[in-house]
Amino acid sequence: MSNTGRILPISCLILGLTCAGRVSPQQMTGDQKILHALNRLTFGPRGSDVDQIRRMGLQAWIDRQLHPQSIPENPALEAKLAPLDTLRMSSREMVHQYPPPELTKAMAEGRLPLPADPMRRAAVQKLIQRYQKKPGSAGDNSAGDADPEAAIASLPLNEEQKAILRNGSPEARLALIESVPAEQQWTLLDAMPNGARQRLYQNAPPELRRRIQILNGSFQVVSQDLTEGKLLRAAYSNRQLQEVLTDFWYNHFNVDLDKGADRFLVTSYERDVIRPHVLGKFEDLLIATAESPAMLFYLDNWQSTGPNARPRAKQKQKTGLNENYGRELMELHTLGVDGGYTQHDVTEVARCFTGWTIREPRRGGDFEFDPRRHDNGEKHVLGVKIPAGGGMEDGLRVLDILAHHPSTARFISRSLAIRFVSDNPPDTLVKRMADTFTATDGDLREVMRAMIEAPEFWDPANFRSKVKSPLEMTVSALRAVGADIDYAFAMNRVMTQLGQPLYRKLEPTGYSNRSTDWMNSASLLGRMNFADSLTQGRINGIKVDTSQFSGDPAQIERRILLTDPSRDAQDAIEAGLADQKNRGQAGPLAAGLTLASPDFQRR
Amino acid sequence: MLFSRRIFLRNSALAMVGVGSAPLWLERAAFADDAPHRRKKTLVAIFQRGAADGLNIVVPHGEARYYDLRPTISVPRPSVSATGDCAIDLDGFFGLHPALAPLKPLWDRKELAIVHAAGSPDPTRSHFDAQDYMESGTPGMKATPDGWLNRALPPESDKPSPVRAVSLGPVLARTVTGANSAVALQNVNNFAVRDPAASKVLQAMYGATHDQILGGTGRETFEAVALLKSIQDAPYQPAGGAVYPRGRFGDSMRQIAQLIKADVGVEVAFADIAGWDHHVNETGQKASTGQLANRLGEFGSALAAFYGDLGDRMSDVLVVTMSEFGRTVKENGNRGTDHGHANVMFVMGGSVKGGRIYGKWPGLAAHQLYEQRDLAVTTDFRDVLGEAVYTHLGNRSLTTVFPKYEGSPEKFRGYLKA
Repeated sequence: MSNTGRILPISCLILGLTCAGRVSPQQMTGDQKILHALNRLTFGPRGSDVDQIRRMGLQAWIDRQLHPQSIPENPALEAKLAPLDTLRMSSREMVHQYPPPELTKAMAEGRLPLPADPMRRAAVQKLIQRYQKKPGSAGDNSAGDADPEAAIASLPLNEEQKAILRNGSPEARLALIESVPAEQQWTLLDAMPNGARQRLYQNAPPELRRRIQILNGSFQVVSQDLTEGKLLRAAYSNRQLQEVLTDFWYNHFNVDLDKGADRFLVTSYERDVIRPHVLGKFEDLLIATAESPAMLFYLDNWQSTGPNARPRAKQKQKTGLNENYGRELMELHTLGVDGGYTQHDVTEVARCFTGWTIREPRRGGDFEFDPRRHDNGEKHVLGVKIPAGGGMEDGLRVLDILAHHPSTARFISRSLAIRFVSDNPPDTLVKRMADTFTATDGDLREVMRAMIEAPEFWDPANFRSKVKSPLEMTVSALRAVGADIDYAFAMNRVMTQLGQPLYRKLEPTGYSNRSTDWMNSASLLGRMNFADSLTQGRINGIKVDTSQFSGDPAQIERRILLTDPSRDAQDAIEAGLADQKNRGQAGPLAAGLTLASPDFQRR
Repeated sequence: MLFSRRIFLRNSALAMVGVGSAPLWLERAAFADDAPHRRKKTLVAIFQRGAADGLNIVVPHGEARYYDLRPTISVPRPSVSATGDCAIDLDGFFGLHPALAPLKPLWDRKELAIVHAAGSPDPTRSHFDAQDYMESGTPGMKATPDGWLNRALPPESDKPSPVRAVSLGPVLARTVTGANSAVALQNVNNFAVRDPAASKVLQAMYGATHDQILGGTGRETFEAVALLKSIQDAPYQPAGGAVYPRGRFGDSMRQIAQLIKADVGVEVAFADIAGWDHHVNETGQKASTGQLANRLGEFGSALAAFYGDLGDRMSDVLVVTMSEFGRTVKENGNRGTDHGHANVMFVMGGSVKGGRIYGKWPGLAAHQLYEQRDLAVTTDFRDVLGEAVYTHLGNRSLTTVFPKYEGSPEKFRGYLKA
């Protein structure tokens, strides 16, 4: 099971079977190299990518991907991200603009100011009314809505317009709302009952969709924007390698969005902690994660306290050491589980990080070092004495030791090689990368370069040898058919069904980088149904131009795969379509079958 | 190629069943051809991922040290509280967490037993490694390619059911992977390619492909799809008034019951329930509230619903639960617990000699603890699972199921009727 990827092409040769596009005995051809680079360094090739690389040269393309700032970003992506305002907010701002129930309560009690923007203030006030109307009467859900009749009656509209707002079709309501000046549109939306407002969503333009979400008072907007933003970047960004690496490093330093305050901390975590460092120095990335409120909350370090702590007067709760972060820091973030640390090291590292905490975590708070919580005694970590009285320096010293440990160089190199090269990367490759890591003080761009320039990366046995993860499969499908994503939240359900809900891996291990872990019946059926829904245009918010799927099935397959399909797949599709021709749906069906085929599950 | 011909023959028979017009006797005949004539025993393995706190699940309320070491998160002794906010006594020394009240009737009917201080001899406190070792059944060995529950399947002479081994959820659990075909399924009723035209083509395509991994999974999948088609039409109605809790674990247990009762040939099944890693605020203001109580409420009510739903079918079914390791005896600084060592396992079924706690209790005094901090392991988890494999499934090759382990009936705790 472990080295099937390598055995397969060889067995094909021996048996003299056709493995179209899968194997070349000594070396990949020029076009195979281009496809391989796109398969491994992006979220999947689009038709135009191959031509572009042919023109500019593969080496030049790789260099640019390693320097993402040199690549102008896709204006279509920027336009699609523009309405997702939480992606640009600080955690603190987000908490105030999209308050969760606790903060709505604080606003109701006057402990927090209401939002300044009139629409947001109206939305929060509505939530407060709901909260005050039914103290404890959980069963009475209808009590929340203000009387819609009264609200509509008081609007400056004529009777005909009011009638439309009361019971017009979604299209008619939408046309009415769009006919009034932009700054007044929300008052019409606001007067509508929640259900009717929600039904406008599907056809509304992005700005109006945002107003609908705000008036629904939904703090879920934050997590929706996050997943939406990730899929949009993966599908549209010109800086593909940066996005693939952002996914890799977020997963390496995994944080679960659903853990308490992390709901409001993860946006900034990915944007400010992970993405800027993915091609920088590993130690900078490591320090940034250690100081991030998202990680401090997720692995509980924010509460970890030394034995002689002098807690603030109002802190009545008993506090003490928490090992969670100390252990995962070594096991998952740096040394690896066999990297040579003991339980004693775990406890000592945890002591070093006491006092690394968060100011007001539930209000989108910031990192702070609290000397009163810190254990100021002497510590010994991996044989290194850390003298008493170091304060915050203790933790930084630990990060320095770990970032420069040879186990870390190997562990990080191996993890990258598993994701980008092979489920079982050759030791020679891992050593080459680890040596680069050590020689460059953990320069991740140089480690990536060493990997990409290594002969092992281009070993023909690796050509389309990795099975795609659910994220890789779905996004590569969106890219292959040039899908136009208006809104992507239907994809959240798809990702959950396929076993990879975005930002929602509960365990700190993150998702597996190994192909074999992603292949099973449930997932395969999920992929097949997704492929079919996508090409039949049945995924809300995502449009696919089906006119591109014309010609004979082999042409359609080649258009999607950008290489010859395997004989088996081609035969099956041709035979299957022979009796489908009269349906007039043969093209989209062939495209869906191609996306569902074994060929497309490989990268 | 022999392989695919055999599958083809079987699928032809099933295709007739699939069209819905086949008489019931033919349906039975097709399955009887597939699944054995005699009703099979089923072993259901349940994994509590994240290291559940065994000491707060089956509480040693007879140990004063337990209360000394857990001043703010212990479960109070039985009957100190009339509000039910205390342990449910089992034998004068141990008690169930109050959220596990739904399991107490099973204990009283002697169909539920407990093995305490069970676990892995490997010292790791890494969730990932410890889960991996428990799922492969080989502590300390990372290269084991398959899972113990797959190896536990008795050798089949002819045509195994495509759903002999099932894993509930979107990923195939390590525990059931291996040489015997095993399917992951999330939802029995949606287990299909929705578009029939696409389904037909894809079945042919995956049947013919030379891609071994995709082809293997594809063939297993379509065989299972054909088999499950017949039970997808009618909505499933649990028996005995059983109500499964909302959520993934309840869904998983309900579907395992559905499959068992449909006689499609399930011999081993796996389900997991995550969210047990309580480093902070393990309990709420009272022992019967908070994070652990919430998880246990879901866990216990799903097991009780499964038991009630299966009714007398429980005579053929054994459920065994596990979690990668236990948690520190002493509470940490944040009303939680850190990673520990030994844990507790439940076994439930008609063949269980229940109403008893099995295993030697190592004690909680300082010198009795593992590495001065954790509950010591006195029962190797493989002895508990080994007894299930040997006695319940009737698979005597313990050295295949647990390689490099001298498993033998002498080591069994004897929780099953012979």
